[in-house]
Amino acid sequence: MKCRVCRQPAVIDVPRHNANFCGPHFLDMCRRQVVKAIEDFEMLSKDDRILVAVSGGKDSLAVWDMLLDLGYQADGLYIGLGIGEYSEVSGQFARAFAAQRGLTLVEVSLRDDYGYDVPTATRATKRVPCSACGMSKRHLFDKAALDGGYSVLVTGHNLDDEAAVLYGNTLRWELSYLARQLPTLPARNGFPKKVKPLVRLSERETAAWCVIRGIDYLVDECPMAAGNRHLGFKEALNTIEASSPGTKTAFYLNFVEKVAPLLSQFALGDDSQLSECSRCGAPTTGEICAFCHLVDKASAHEPVPVELVTGKGRRRR
Amino acid sequence: MKVILRNPKRELEMDGPRRVHALLAFLKLNRESHLVIRNGTLVPSDEELGPDDTVEIRPVISGGML
Repeated sequence: MKCRVCRQPAVIDVPRHNANFCGPHFLDMCRRQVVKAIEDFEMLSKDDRILVAVSGGKDSLAVWDMLLDLGYQADGLYIGLGIGEYSEVSGQFARAFAAQRGLTLVEVSLRDDYGYDVPTATRATKRVPCSACGMSKRHLFDKAALDGGYSVLVTGHNLDDEAAVLYGNTLRWELSYLARQLPTLPARNGFPKKVKPLVRLSERETAAWCVIRGIDYLVDECPMAAGNRHLGFKEALNTIEASSPGTKTAFYLNFVEKVAPLLSQFALGDDSQLSECSRCGAPTTGEICAFCHLVDKASAHEPVPVELVTGKGRRRR
Repeated sequence: MKVILRNPKRELEMDGPRRVHALLAFLKLNRESHLVIRNGTLVPSDEELGPDDTVEIRPVISGGML
């Protein structure tokens, strides 16, 4: 295989573009896709103070690296979720990336700062692990961005993430979720602007970016995410993609262009019903926000090791 | 060739030569959700892997929801 651009030996084939690329020209293709996303969806300007949510995985480190590469100024935010060795190692990758480049990495620890961790919250709430984890991260991303005076929060969601969520929401016709599944969510009262610059890149491509750029990232999967519904949707879409390259791109980007505008009336976010949480000040429809309820419940629970809430350590009855 | 798989990490010894796409098909792995890395360098799907190569097949799917 030869690079489509320079005819030198290719290192990667990208079936959805019907093209093969050498390393440098693959990186160029990724940059073009990210620039197009940023411009098409009015994500960022060079004057923005940017906070990147960083997990230590490929997507968040790739998006941080790409933004710096494109000339943006961006700090990182790492949240210690307390998922045993997985979290310890993920934090090491995030810190190493920042230290090697002289970048600022803001850190928050669920256990140290709020008295709980994700395994304990999972047991305390009796819900799937991704529920407490996602809620905690969303709240703390918003808080860190607003408290730090950042104008925009960047997450590393890629094309596969967005296509899988779209697939799940479409199977259930979740109109309110569909209506707000956009690459850019503008700032509104109590919420920072949020953008997803990787929505035009697949996760195979963000991983390849990291390999070619020499970025060390946590390859291992979160032990608490194993077997979740989201992974099943990704697998289904990749089975279709293998026989029909470009399907994920068309599914998601055509939704954003053609369908999302028709659904705006169903979007959640009637700010007139929101008030401030009496505890933390975050926007909420009740007196106390969902995050503060979670903190109350999880921090009162005896700490639960991750092995007890994953398949490895789950007790049989 | 030595083939390194992840999640969980394990190693296989396989006969060579084989092309990348044939190796993935033999292992029933989808090309869309894996990268193949030989000696630290990515290799495309038609690359021939030799009997003395060490090859990592790296999954790229992350499953957390936000």
